[in-house]
Amino acid sequence: MLLIRCPWCGLRSESEFHCNGEVRPTRPYFSSLTDQQSVGHICDRKNYKGWIEEDWCHSKGCGEWFRLSRNTVTHETDQD
Amino acid sequence: MSNRSNRLSHGGLIVRSQQIRFEFNGNNYTGFQGDTLASALMANGIDFVSRSFKYHRPRGFCASGYADVSSIVQIEGDEDTPNMLASVTPLSEGLTARSVNCWPSLKFDVGTALRLLSPIIPAGFYYKTFMWPHWHLFEPLIRKAAGFGNAPNSIPFRSFANSYDHCDVLIVGAGPSGLCAGLAASRSGARVILADDMLQPGGGLLNSSATIDGKSGIEWVSGVVAELDANPTVTRLQNATVWGYLEGNHVVISERSPSPDSLLRRSRRVWAKQVIIATGAFERPIVFENNDRPGVMQASAVSSYIRKYAVKPGHKAVVFTNNNSAYRTVTDLNRAGISIAAVVDVRSRVDDHVLEVASQATDFFPGSIVQTVYGKKRVTGVGVQSRETGRSKRNIDCDLVCVSGGWNPIVHLFSQSGGSLEYNEQIHGFVPAKPLQKSLVAGAARGSLNLRDSIKDGFKAGQLAATALGLPVQAPPSLKVMDRFDAEYGIEEFWSVPLSNRRGKAFVDLAGDVTVNDLHLALREGYESIEHLKRYTTAGMGLDQGKTANVTAIGIVAKHAGVSMAEVGTTTFRPPYTPVEFGEFAGSCNDDAVLPYRHTPMTGWHKSAGAVMFEAGARWVRPSYYPHPGESMDQAIQRECRTVRQGVGIYDGSPLAKFAIKGADSETLLDLMYTNSFQNLKIQQGKYGVMLYEDGRIFDDGVTFRLSDDEYLMSGATGNGNLLETRLDSLINVERPDLNVLFVPVTSQWANATVCGPLARTLLESIQSDIDFAADAFPFMHMREGVFAGMPVRIFRVSFTGELSFEINTPARYGLDLWTHLINAGDQFDICPIGSEANHVLRVEKGFISLGHEVDGTIDPYDLGMAWIVSKRKSDFVGMKAMQIRRSSDDARQHLIGLLPINSSEMLPEGAPLISTSNSTRSEGFVSAGVWSPTLDRTIALGLLANGRERLDETVYANANGRIIPAIVSKPIFYDLDGRKMRM
Repeated sequence: MLLIRCPWCGLRSESEFHCNGEVRPTRPYFSSLTDQQSVGHICDRKNYKGWIEEDWCHSKGCGEWFRLSRNTVTHETDQD
Repeated sequence: MSNRSNRLSHGGLIVRSQQIRFEFNGNNYTGFQGDTLASALMANGIDFVSRSFKYHRPRGFCASGYADVSSIVQIEGDEDTPNMLASVTPLSEGLTARSVNCWPSLKFDVGTALRLLSPIIPAGFYYKTFMWPHWHLFEPLIRKAAGFGNAPNSIPFRSFANSYDHCDVLIVGAGPSGLCAGLAASRSGARVILADDMLQPGGGLLNSSATIDGKSGIEWVSGVVAELDANPTVTRLQNATVWGYLEGNHVVISERSPSPDSLLRRSRRVWAKQVIIATGAFERPIVFENNDRPGVMQASAVSSYIRKYAVKPGHKAVVFTNNNSAYRTVTDLNRAGISIAAVVDVRSRVDDHVLEVASQATDFFPGSIVQTVYGKKRVTGVGVQSRETGRSKRNIDCDLVCVSGGWNPIVHLFSQSGGSLEYNEQIHGFVPAKPLQKSLVAGAARGSLNLRDSIKDGFKAGQLAATALGLPVQAPPSLKVMDRFDAEYGIEEFWSVPLSNRRGKAFVDLAGDVTVNDLHLALREGYESIEHLKRYTTAGMGLDQGKTANVTAIGIVAKHAGVSMAEVGTTTFRPPYTPVEFGEFAGSCNDDAVLPYRHTPMTGWHKSAGAVMFEAGARWVRPSYYPHPGESMDQAIQRECRTVRQGVGIYDGSPLAKFAIKGADSETLLDLMYTNSFQNLKIQQGKYGVMLYEDGRIFDDGVTFRLSDDEYLMSGATGNGNLLETRLDSLINVERPDLNVLFVPVTSQWANATVCGPLARTLLESIQSDIDFAADAFPFMHMREGVFAGMPVRIFRVSFTGELSFEINTPARYGLDLWTHLINAGDQFDICPIGSEANHVLRVEKGFISLGHEVDGTIDPYDLGMAWIVSKRKSDFVGMKAMQIRRSSDDARQHLIGLLPINSSEMLPEGAPLISTSNSTRSEGFVSAGVWSPTLDRTIALGLLANGRERLDETVYANANGRIIPAIVSKPIFYDLDGRKMRM
């Protein structure tokens, strides 16, 4: 279990946080997308092995949203 | 089995002045303080303790500590626990244990008959034998035969606890290297936790004749421990197993009896800046025929029983080895007065000092092997022969076989942490290579198989950890280590002895009853990857978890396939290292504490009114129905339904999920979330909406009111509150951070008393208020704010029952006052409180959908006949595109329909599949809700049926577990078809 630094609350246990997955572009208007593009937006993830940028929320704490870089292999974060 | 006492007259770490009584398989015995259950049983001459998992063969003690996976017992009494290892269970007064895998008794075991069937229980037998005609035919029998004991059916007397901790350096193992690492780290001022899974510190030193600085191992250990314990920055845990090394340098420790009076287990989860793994090594077996017979033991375990517990594991021994370490045991046997019939060494040439030790045995056979073991419930002798030629066969009588196939560094935790392993040709075993996290490995765990190196390793690891933390380090002390056996380990690679006949059984994994033949069979069948072999044969799975079986299995596979060990590689080690009880995960949290129930301000009132309460989703506790004295559930529900249809009822709607939404882009957010448009919604008006998942299926529905220019109140299903909050949160913060909008969940801030029925308006008008309830002043789907009975309220005209209905919301602190005021004022109208059951019947009569019934995660608005709720003008809403794409295929969709059973008193059970002819086996839909309608005086149901809207008046059949019930398909509405009553 990781220790993650919330911008407001400091170092807290991973179990207090919610990971929203990879950082992605702002949601597009789907009417402007082809079927393939919209399916891509809904389903495709890069799923990197290595460093990845994610949106996290201190959901069981202050509720703050923040970005976290995390290495999916070594479990390091950019806060280490 | 012998009735003689096997206790040596002196020595050992037991306290002879403290006798302990215990019970095993119904017989009473005594042991001493400091004994384990295993050593006490052995001292009492009990050597046959369990039956094996698959073949129900007799099993005894084969190792000491956590490697002895065949001595499984069930602990009975107050702390009934299955899967306990006798070899690590400390003896305590009144301990009661019994053997497992045997019925009716250990000696007369019915399951032994299974051994006669062993030809049909080969590797992968689950997959092969039980395929025809159907697995379910065999399942009950297999479930009964499998498993190592019974789940406890009582709550243990002592409790479980969780705790969380942080430290600079966490050291796993208090053997020589772990202790030295502890000294080095603590002398540097680091905050240290030293966890060891044995009852006392010292590890292998407790079994050794070595001296350090002139002190015996035990004396030296107590000196080190005294220094560590005097240091306030050191926390030392004994009888505490580190079973998991997770990401983030986070380790999980299971502490046994950390507080003997009150705590059974404590799970301590520690974030460590540095972890030092000093877990030592396990001695491994050599595999030969009948190597599972009670009396075949690891050589080091024999030493341990003699030295630690002063117990003789046998009376006449044969030692079988491929390395020098077993010669320690030869010395120990000699000292304990156990006669040594023979030493059998697979090596044809050994060092002189080893030869000298071997002379303590009657016979010495270099270049030889133990081919087989004689005896059924105990070893009676061995067959020895030349390794090369197979000649010079002779049988030797003995009751104890001490085996050493070498040593496996305990790399479990290092591997769990993500570190890689490599094969070491010197010790013929796998050792840690590259760490992934902040971990160091010291001593035998990294392949340093002698005391001098272990000590050196320990100090070095402690210093490296301190340096990494930026702490000052001192030069390590130079200790004078004297160990007669610290010479060359001298191992020669040797894994298994060829079988003399095909039906012989030589076990690789005793815990899972996996034999050499099983491995060979799997190889012949084409299983080449060690990961596949493991799963197919179960070698190293189960209780063993790679402690004794893995490396041997890899060795056998490598030999058979003619490749190197490194090429075969290891399987992945995963937590837990040893079995963990469920209670350790739960800790002291019971159901209510982990997920507390939610109550409305009116819960107490409901209970005192005799309501039957239930959990309605998301932990909300609600009234189900309010039975009058002598009334059945059905009678109460029907009475409550009639009250709403004919008079006035009151329903506690507080748990309805509610969100306050505010900001210039509120409308954009609503338009994005709901399928229909919220443009032009007037202030104080509400609109029903349906929202989809991004995959185009219905997620939630509810009514949203516009409170002011830029302020809305959204409602959703009771059970969806948390999900809805997460959805809103990620939409606003991640997907559309450009939107100028905020939201607050306000479900619990408002109490809701819903007054419904034709007399609802009359009742409200009888109560003092500044709100005009007249139909034209306060129309359907409108809201009013004001003062009602002296309380601030928001009243919404929404209906879920199909009757005239007012949802009166007031700040939660007024909830109970509002409720009782309405009840008292309603007395003259015969008002009744209404539970969720009646509410359900009423909504089915109206054909209103309910999440979890009609909306099951596969349904979109068109399926429900709600095409009108999908905006054709909006350029986007969540799920729009996915729904369009899905609907562009020709696949038949299921439609919401009503069902009228032909026998009007027959109920259609919820979930029953719908079929089109009475004997069809093809499901075309299902019953989503079936009720007795007091309004129609008959049974009715809702369902989803393929192409249902085109099949009105058709007869379909519900298959209720084989009972076929015919019903007519109708429109999904049975009451007030034009909806006039709720708009009245």
